[in-house]
Amino acid sequence: MENKKEALIAESNVMRLKVGENFHDHLIESIYEDAEKIASRAIVKKGKTSTFNLERNIDKIVTSRWFGLPLMFLILAVVFWLTIEGANVPSGMLASLFLDTIHPWLKGLAASIGMVWWLDGLLIDGAYLAMAWVISVMLPPMAIFFPMFTLLEDLGYLPRVAFNMDNLFKRAGAHGKQALTMSMGFGCNAAGVIAARIIDSPRERLIAIITNNFALCNGRWPTQIIIASIFIGSAVPAHLAGLVSAGAVVFIAVLGILFSLAVSWGLSKTVLKGEASTFSLELPPYRPPRILQTLYTSLIDRTIFVLWRAIVFAIPAGLVIWLVGNVTINDISLAEHFINFSNPLGLLLGLNGVILLAYIIAIPANEIVIPTILMLTVMSVGMTGVGEGAGVMFELDSISDTANILQSGGWTLLTGMNLMLFSLLHNPCSTTIYTIYKETGSWKWTIVSTILPVILGVIVCYFTAQVYLLVTG
Amino acid sequence: MSTNHDCNNCPVHNLANLKKLGVNMENFDYVVALAGNPNTGKSTVFNYLTGLRQHTGNWPGKTVGRAEGGFEFSNNKFKLIDLPGTYSLLSTSTDEEIARDFILFGQPDVTIIVVDASRLERNLNLVLQVLEITERAVLCLNLMDEARRHEIEIDVRSLERDLGIPVVPAAARQGEGMNDLLSKVHEVATGSYVCKPHRMTSESKAIKKSIEELTKKVVDIYPDLPNARWVAMRLLEGDQRIINAIRNNELEELNKIENAEVQNEQVGEVA
Repeated sequence: MENKKEALIAESNVMRLKVGENFHDHLIESIYEDAEKIASRAIVKKGKTSTFNLERNIDKIVTSRWFGLPLMFLILAVVFWLTIEGANVPSGMLASLFLDTIHPWLKGLAASIGMVWWLDGLLIDGAYLAMAWVISVMLPPMAIFFPMFTLLEDLGYLPRVAFNMDNLFKRAGAHGKQALTMSMGFGCNAAGVIAARIIDSPRERLIAIITNNFALCNGRWPTQIIIASIFIGSAVPAHLAGLVSAGAVVFIAVLGILFSLAVSWGLSKTVLKGEASTFSLELPPYRPPRILQTLYTSLIDRTIFVLWRAIVFAIPAGLVIWLVGNVTINDISLAEHFINFSNPLGLLLGLNGVILLAYIIAIPANEIVIPTILMLTVMSVGMTGVGEGAGVMFELDSISDTANILQSGGWTLLTGMNLMLFSLLHNPCSTTIYTIYKETGSWKWTIVSTILPVILGVIVCYFTAQVYLLVTG
Repeated sequence: MSTNHDCNNCPVHNLANLKKLGVNMENFDYVVALAGNPNTGKSTVFNYLTGLRQHTGNWPGKTVGRAEGGFEFSNNKFKLIDLPGTYSLLSTSTDEEIARDFILFGQPDVTIIVVDASRLERNLNLVLQVLEITERAVLCLNLMDEARRHEIEIDVRSLERDLGIPVVPAAARQGEGMNDLLSKVHEVATGSYVCKPHRMTSESKAIKKSIEELTKKVVDIYPDLPNARWVAMRLLEGDQRIINAIRNNELEELNKIENAEVQNEQVGEVA
């Protein structure tokens, strides 16, 4: 048997010499020839060229050297502007329903059945409030943002984005397809990391995986949008607020792209040396988006999916928040211990101890960073006598009330700016970290992908803080 | 689709006969693979038949790895595999390998090849490559709505004759043609339609003879191998992967694993 196999291999080697080295080319040529023959017989009418020409003309503008990127930023800005302008009112309505109406009702119910104080605190002030916060803060922006984003995707705009940036990635020593995996990362980093499988070269695929976190994901868009509305928007006249906050979010997203490029470049010049490989990217035809279906899938598959994930992670986080706010050592709560301990570091970075603690509690999901920060801020402010009590949030009606809470917690424009920067530049969520491990099979690269963004975040925040303090005196 | 004669009563022509089974793939009778160029609507067909909501998007490379689902039609249960879109089966990227290895070694009962009707010639390159490695296939001439918008007309019967497999015009986004597709898949799966897939004709005599000779030798050693001709062609090309598979006795193994689970290659060991 073994001999037979070796004989087969030997025979094939002899034959290969006979048919010539370019057998592969012959094979492909003959396939192309046949395809052409069959197609020419089957296509009875070639179709009019005008519709193709229209598409080509649109592409000329959308992917042009001069207009391509600015147009992309403009489209993004419009999407954010609509989200910011549209989300405030429904957010307020949801907040008043969940926090002003249902929460007191639940408290009353718990009191009437004589629930012990700690269980009531854990469940209602911890788990329920965290969930209520996630829904009222995140649902409206997501319900507006995702359908618009999905429409763009359905229309065929994303590959054009990739096309516009392909050259930049190549110059950074990365694979052009990384522009596509990055676009996926704008939806979800875990999905973007998996999508890196479309890159053949292991070196370039690894670069795409490590840098995917710099693409702002679903979980972080709402954080960016809310913080921008509160701090950046309030720093300018009211009629400009929406526009300026949208611009700030675009700025962060673009900064993410720049970091993605810079880090790719750095990696490909140092630990992951090599040449960028070439590939061809097909621009798919524009297809009229199916509005109703898009609304349905973006609401069900994306909005509800992300919201559900946020709720699932928010409930245990709520429990943890309540616990760290109520378990005390020497009469001082765990949270206060940590916040006092980390505050100097936080302030040095233009953040504060609350934010650092929130990022630790929120490692499972970026979605719950803002609710966690709000709960912790209320709690730590509450400890000095302003709020309702440890681990409990008081009623909020809208984004402006959120602003009041944060400002009473000592937040400034700098804190807002740096929170946006830190939200872009910090470790990926635990799902993404796990996905990176599964895709690379290496702890080393998983740790690199996790720690690298945090280091960058700390450096960027530190310098921003120093410059800000220098300017404002 | 207007089927307003007696066909309405015939189970094979009745779309109401389709039962979307979602992720339930127990006790299936047939395995059906979905192959095709990127962005031709494979995932849309997949979603339509299984009732699942695999993410679809207008850009190439959406499906990485494979998605699986089930449907029932005419009292037969089908397991449907959505393969990543590829332009060819001859190169070595992970997604192409997943698609190729599945068609080769997963032994699907039917392979549905989804093509973009408005870009027929380019899509046919992959179709011909798929037909080199499988006997049973159905061509789904998808995106007919777009072809009509561009005023392209295609002679379906000529295509059917040239390719030797059923050709079904469709617009999966609107559900058009899904009825026909199902019944053709059913016919090919049950063997009531026998495909005579197109095999390359343009190759030179010398090549043809070498392939035939080598195929015979491969069959001699591996009588159960369903794709002996393809293995012979790879050998002629000097594909080291196949040579290794022969030496380590993996070729038999690969063939045994039904629905060969293709492992994702991890990249952590590069540097």
